[in-house]
Amino acid sequence: MSSMAAGPGVISLREITKAFPGVVANDRISLDIVSGQVHCLLGENGAGKSTLISILAGMQQPDSGTILVDGAPAPINSPKAAVDLGIGVVHQHSTLVPAFTVLENLMLGETGLVRNEKRAVARLEELSELLGARIDPKALAGDLGLGQQQQVEIAKAMWKGSRLLILDEPTSMLTPQAIEKLAESIAQIKARGLAVVFITHKLREAYQIGDCVTILRGGKNVGHIGAEQLASLSEAQAHSAILAAMFGEDITTPDAADLAGATEARREVDDWGGGAKSVRLQLSGVATHGHGHDTDIRNVSISVHEGEILGIAGIDGHGQSALAEVVAGQRSASAGSIRFDGEDIARRGVRARQKLGLRYVTDDRLYEGTVAGMSVAINLVLKRIGQAPFWKLGQINRKAVDAEADRLIGEYAIKTPSSATRAGTLSGGNIQKVLLARELTDGARFVVVNKPTYGLDLKTVKLVRQILTEFASSGGSVLLLSTDLDELVELSHRIAVISDGEIAGIVQNDGRGTAERVGQLMTGAIEGTHA
Amino acid sequence: MIEELPRFRRIADGLVRSILPVVLALVVAGLIIVAMGSNPLDFYAGVWKYGLTGSNWQDSLRLMAPLMIIALGLIVSFRGQLWNLGYNGTYLLGSVVASGFGPVLYPVLPGWIVTAILIVGSLLVGAIWAIVPAVLKARFGTNEIITSLVMSFIAIGVVNLLIKGPMHDTNPKVTAPQTATIPREDLLPFLAGTRVHVGIVIAIVLALVAQFVVSRTSFGVRLDVFGASPKAAQHVGISRSWMIILLFCVSGALIALAGSVDVLGNVTYQRANWNPAYGDAVMPFVFLARLSPLAAIPLVGFYSVFANGGINAARSVGLNSDFLLVVVGLILVFMTITEYVGNKRRLGQSYLPVGMKQSVMAIFGPRSSARPASGKVTT
Repeated sequence: MSSMAAGPGVISLREITKAFPGVVANDRISLDIVSGQVHCLLGENGAGKSTLISILAGMQQPDSGTILVDGAPAPINSPKAAVDLGIGVVHQHSTLVPAFTVLENLMLGETGLVRNEKRAVARLEELSELLGARIDPKALAGDLGLGQQQQVEIAKAMWKGSRLLILDEPTSMLTPQAIEKLAESIAQIKARGLAVVFITHKLREAYQIGDCVTILRGGKNVGHIGAEQLASLSEAQAHSAILAAMFGEDITTPDAADLAGATEARREVDDWGGGAKSVRLQLSGVATHGHGHDTDIRNVSISVHEGEILGIAGIDGHGQSALAEVVAGQRSASAGSIRFDGEDIARRGVRARQKLGLRYVTDDRLYEGTVAGMSVAINLVLKRIGQAPFWKLGQINRKAVDAEADRLIGEYAIKTPSSATRAGTLSGGNIQKVLLARELTDGARFVVVNKPTYGLDLKTVKLVRQILTEFASSGGSVLLLSTDLDELVELSHRIAVISDGEIAGIVQNDGRGTAERVGQLMTGAIEGTHA
Repeated sequence: MIEELPRFRRIADGLVRSILPVVLALVVAGLIIVAMGSNPLDFYAGVWKYGLTGSNWQDSLRLMAPLMIIALGLIVSFRGQLWNLGYNGTYLLGSVVASGFGPVLYPVLPGWIVTAILIVGSLLVGAIWAIVPAVLKARFGTNEIITSLVMSFIAIGVVNLLIKGPMHDTNPKVTAPQTATIPREDLLPFLAGTRVHVGIVIAIVLALVAQFVVSRTSFGVRLDVFGASPKAAQHVGISRSWMIILLFCVSGALIALAGSVDVLGNVTYQRANWNPAYGDAVMPFVFLARLSPLAAIPLVGFYSVFANGGINAARSVGLNSDFLLVVVGLILVFMTITEYVGNKRRLGQSYLPVGMKQSVMAIFGPRSSARPASGKVTT
């Protein structure tokens, strides 16, 4: 623990506790946020980072504990109170209104009767200078690249004059180049004497950007490295100190380092044999048209071979779901051909493709992938409704369903009280195991996986990646869509970059520098469209 | 995360949530009766007397037949989260098929053939009328609540036009806008020794079939997947458009069937501007039954007795029979409250809205205990 200095220029949390039904999200957490420092908050999913932020932002009230600002107790019992104290939060997901201009977005919180645009423009100029980024006040928020959108979010958080800026996993969607730019902005903000709380689960970033580090695990503050101490440690020493706190003893160091993003990502799958293997899935000139609001794909030509993992990199919302769904059969292709083992399957529906061995693990695990109100057993046979032996003459055969469910629960080590438990009560990791078990069983030969490890705890992340690589090495093919560049580099044989619905290029994943090349394709493509 | 309740607790919880709103509504209705200067005990005794005793139970069952079939029609669409509110118009369309064509066809064809034609005809008309909101929903995502309601208004108008025009009783002595009466011997047969027509048997059999379909067949699972999440349904390979059209058509067909069964078994002719609005009355009970066909049987049965006995009971204590709809409304209100409180309780939360407890405690509560003990959950 650090010395508990509750003087001026410090926001101190004391013994903050917050419980939800079944889980203590924050368990007597104490920490100090000092002005002019970047305070890194590290911890895996579910460690209590988000709860702590929402308490600081006034969106949740702690069950007990106090918050001191400049040494005086300051209850933050509403978001307005947080703003009045100068606490601004940049959330992980964009809160900008895409159809509004940058300026309109920034002025959303204004309370005056008449819009004072002149003052707003002046304030934006001030902030642009501080952030070192040019932001066009008249541009529509939806037209900006993700990095720029984030700069606008930061400007929005600091709009009312900030003393503390909280960034919730700001790097998770950014290219390596954009991350560097963000680091520069943070350095500028820090130089102005503001406090920054930087939340991440990547060690590398914590060391590079942070002045001091606090590690949360299971809702508890399990370690703190003060500013002087962190400065005196070498990167390697800092890593091992943080890892020990982050995982305790239940994970071996190289694995942990890998998962926590301490080391640079490297390809970890075996070679798949190259062009000698036959093509399993071939898309040529595929396009989709008009399905709601998300991006359609245009002229996509890719092929996935037997035993190959083809990664699809790209910023979220650039046509990944259209691509996944057109392969799975949930959307129809408006142009182009889809061949599976040489056979044209463009006209076949989801169920026909499922029977051919073409499977899809969706990223929307809760509302699309599972039915929360139904039992784990039904969810495990959801794609085989009406098929023998689970249904005979249209009537359910509960014994067969339960037997299959128990087999899959055992094989994939799904933690559930029983197969009759409702799927919605399982943890995120176990729901993902249900999906993988369902899709990879019964003759699977090709699987589309969309963001397979998003929001999972690190042990499950490792397990999911292992399941996918094993599936590939046994001859299965994987189309891996992910926004996590490290994950793509570790798992894929080749990585294609998708941008605005088109394939911007394909990178062979051999040796070092893949991430940078993919990043270049991503930024190149984006600047190409938004210049 | 929500904790799984043990089985008996879940059943008990379900029973409480189904019965408690009815009990509370009856208590509050009693208070209203007191306020209006009558004796509520007299009223409830009247409901018992006129609803069940003597041969009154037979009238209750005659009322229950259409109510139960409408309930099934609602359950079919509601289970798919499709809010088909066109029941009043659909019911009248079904009944006008029987009351309009019955008097014309019975004299020329054997009775059982005509009955079959009328029943199939009403099923078809109900299904076809439901196609419009279904296609609009499936193709353009139009809100089916509005389209089905509007189609219901149109249907009511069309039915009135038909009765005042081509389906008017050909007997020149009849000047009131109504159809000819179907003779007794052509109506649905009575159950042995009673005046209860076989419509109630049709209703109960349909309920049992529906229960089997939703609980045991693959279609039942598909329906529940679709109802729980259309996205999940698409993921599993269920066509959203076809599901919407199918459910709307089955729902419309059943509700129209209720109309023709009611005419052929009970009312025998149809007046213009007649609209019993059975669907409105049966709606809360469909939800109290948690959209289960089996559970709907006792609840709809209860309402049939209450409505049948209540008309005379209300008159005997000097109330208007509109009072029955007040009770139905009260049941809906208490059902909503019971659900809210029940869900809060299951989540282990306070019954008070978020923040209210804190604000109240900050003003009125003792200073020392204004903050709850650590670890205890409050919201």
